[in-house]
Amino acid sequence: MRRPVSLYGLTFSLPLLIWQLLFFVFPLLFLVALSFWTVKNFVMSPDFDTVNWTTMYGRAVFWQAYGATFALAAGAAALTSILAFPCAYAIAFKLSDTARRWAVFLMVIPFFTSYLVRVYSWQIFLSDNGIINVMLGWIGLGPYPLLNTVGATMVGYLTLSFPLVVLLQLFSLVFIDRTLIEAAHNMRCGRVRTVFEVVIPSARVGLVIAALFAFILSFGDFVSPIYLGGGDPTTLSILITDTTKSGQQWPRAAVIALTMIGTLMVVAFAAVQFAYKGKTK
Amino acid sequence: MTTEITSHGLTRRSLLATGAAVLATPMLSRRAFAAPTELTMLAWYGHAEPDMVAEFEAENNVKFVPKYYTGGDNMLGLISQSPPGTFDIILSDAEYVQALNAAGYVEELDPNDYAIGDFFPEFQQFPGNWADGKLFSLVTRFGFLGVAYNTDALTEAEASTYNAFWDPRLTGKVGHFDWHLPNLGQMSLLAGNASPYDIDEAAWAAVQEKTMSLRPQIGGFFDYGGTFSSLNDGQMLAFCGIGDWITGVLEKNGAKVKSVIPEEGGLQWSECFSIGKGSTKADLAKKWIQYITSAKGQAKSAQMAAYPALIPNQKGWEVLQAENPDEAKRQGMTKDAGNAMDMIRAGRIKYRQWPIQQDLETWNDFWSEYKGA
Repeated sequence: MRRPVSLYGLTFSLPLLIWQLLFFVFPLLFLVALSFWTVKNFVMSPDFDTVNWTTMYGRAVFWQAYGATFALAAGAAALTSILAFPCAYAIAFKLSDTARRWAVFLMVIPFFTSYLVRVYSWQIFLSDNGIINVMLGWIGLGPYPLLNTVGATMVGYLTLSFPLVVLLQLFSLVFIDRTLIEAAHNMRCGRVRTVFEVVIPSARVGLVIAALFAFILSFGDFVSPIYLGGGDPTTLSILITDTTKSGQQWPRAAVIALTMIGTLMVVAFAAVQFAYKGKTK
Repeated sequence: MTTEITSHGLTRRSLLATGAAVLATPMLSRRAFAAPTELTMLAWYGHAEPDMVAEFEAENNVKFVPKYYTGGDNMLGLISQSPPGTFDIILSDAEYVQALNAAGYVEELDPNDYAIGDFFPEFQQFPGNWADGKLFSLVTRFGFLGVAYNTDALTEAEASTYNAFWDPRLTGKVGHFDWHLPNLGQMSLLAGNASPYDIDEAAWAAVQEKTMSLRPQIGGFFDYGGTFSSLNDGQMLAFCGIGDWITGVLEKNGAKVKSVIPEEGGLQWSECFSIGKGSTKADLAKKWIQYITSAKGQAKSAQMAAYPALIPNQKGWEVLQAENPDEAKRQGMTKDAGNAMDMIRAGRIKYRQWPIQQDLETWNDFWSEYKGA
C-alpha cells in the first residue's frame, strides 16, 4: 500500500532530490547532449551529429584503453580486497574495543592528506634512485625498474582505495552474528574453513560493495596511471585529457566519459545483484 | 566591576568606539590611496608572478589577476567560454595566434606603440602576428626544442642527434613530453624534412614509421610536472619534445641535465602578447606590452623564474649581458658566434606549427595510437 506523501517526508527528502538533480542528472544530460556537438576550428557548436560516437568507437586505441582500464581496475579491486581482508578481519575479531576504535581512526587518517601528494611521495620510494632501490642496493640487488610500471600504478590504486575497502569490510565483519561462528566451531569446523564457509558468506554484501568501490575509484583514476604508471598503458582517463588537448574535442571526451559512466553502472548493478543474491530482504 | 574598569580609563562605550575606529582605519587608508586597478592576464604559469610583474604593478598601481592555462587548447577553451572583456591581456603560443585572430578574440595593435624596431629583423614581421598588414599580437619570447639529456648518461656529442633516443643504453629511459606537436616535429626533422610540419602523405607515413620504432625505448609520457620530476631524479635520461624551458630551470637548481640542438636541427616555440577583445583596460594592457617588450622588460622575461626564454629584442640582449652575463652566455644571447640568432640564421631552427598538409586531428590520433602501442 502506498503511503501518501507528507510534508514531513518531503522536507527531509527534497534536499537529496534537488542535490541529485542539480549535480548528477543535469550534468549527465548535458554530457549526453555535448557528445552530439561538433567542433570546427576549436569552436564547439550545438548540433546533433553522431560523428563523435562513430569516430571514438571506431578507433582501436579507444578499445585498447578500455580493455586496459577495465583490467587494471578489476585487478585493483581484487588485489585490494585480498590484501584488505586479513586486516579488516584482525580488526573485527582480534582487537579489543579500544584498539578497534584506534584502528578505525588510523584508517581515516590517510584521508587527511591529498591523494595527489601521497602519490607524488610514492615516486620518492619507487624511482631508480629512490628509497627502495637504495635499500636493495645495500644487499647488492637492483636497481629494479619500479616507477612507470603497471605495478606502480597498482600501488597508487591501493593508496587510493585500501583504507576505504578496509573500513567497508570491517563494518560488515563486525555485524556478523558471532553465534554462527561459535556454532561452526562447535561443529568442529576449523578456523580457516570457518572463514571461508561462514565469515565470508555472512559478510558477502559488505565485501562485494567494498570491492565495487575499489573498482569505481580505480576505473576513473587519472593520478596513479599518469604519475606512477608513466601514462603507459593509456587508460580512459588519460585518453580524455589527450582528446581535449588537441583541437578542443570536448564532445569526443564526453563520449569516453559516458562510456565510463555506463560501464560503472553495469558493473555496479551486477555487483549489487551478486551481493544480494539469495537474500530475502 | 564597572568602576574598576573605569579606573583604568576603559568603559564599554569607549572600548566600542576605539574598536570601531580601529576597524574603520583600513577603509580610511584605502581612500587615501586609490585601490590598484585589476588587470586580468591569461597566460602560461609564471607570467604574472612577482618576479615578472612586481615592478610594473608598483609603477602603475596595478594588480595582476592571472588565469593560468596549460596548453593552447586549454587557452582557447577558456576564452571561448568567457564573455568578451574577461581577459585584458592574453599570452598565446604563436601557432594559436591565428586561431585567436580568426575567432576575433583579440584587439588590433598599433605597431607604432611598440619598440618593434629594436627587435631582430627576423622577429619584426613575425608569422602569425600580422594579418592583412595589421598587427594583432607581438612576440615576446621564444625558445628552442632539441634533445634534453642527463649529462651523466650522455655526452653533448652523443646527444647531438635525435638518433640518441634509440641508444640501447637508454631503453626505458627516454621520456616524451605528452604533446604530439613537438615530438612529431622532431621526428620529422630526423626524417630529413626541411619543413617538418609541411610534409606530404609519403613523408608523413615515414615519420609515423620512424616514430613507432622508438616506442620500445619509451619509459613514459609526462605532463609538465612529471617531466620536471622524472628528469630531476634521473628516472628519465633523455627527453623528446622539450628544450631549455624545462632543463634550464632544472640546471639552475643543480640537476645534471641539459638541452642541445642536434645536427638535424631544432624547433622553436614562441609566445606572443595580445590585448583581449572588449577589454575595458586596453590602455593599461598596451602599457604592459610596451613594458615587457622594452629592453628592460625583455631582460626580465629572459630570466623568468618559472621558465627561461630567449628574447627577440636586440637591446634586451644588451641589458641582459650587462645584468646577468652568465645567464646570457648559458642561453646563447651573446655577441659570440654561434649564438641563438646565428642558429636561426643558419637555418637550423624551424617554427613549431600546426601540420599543413594533414589535419591537426590526424597527428593527434596517431599520437594516441603511438602511446597505446
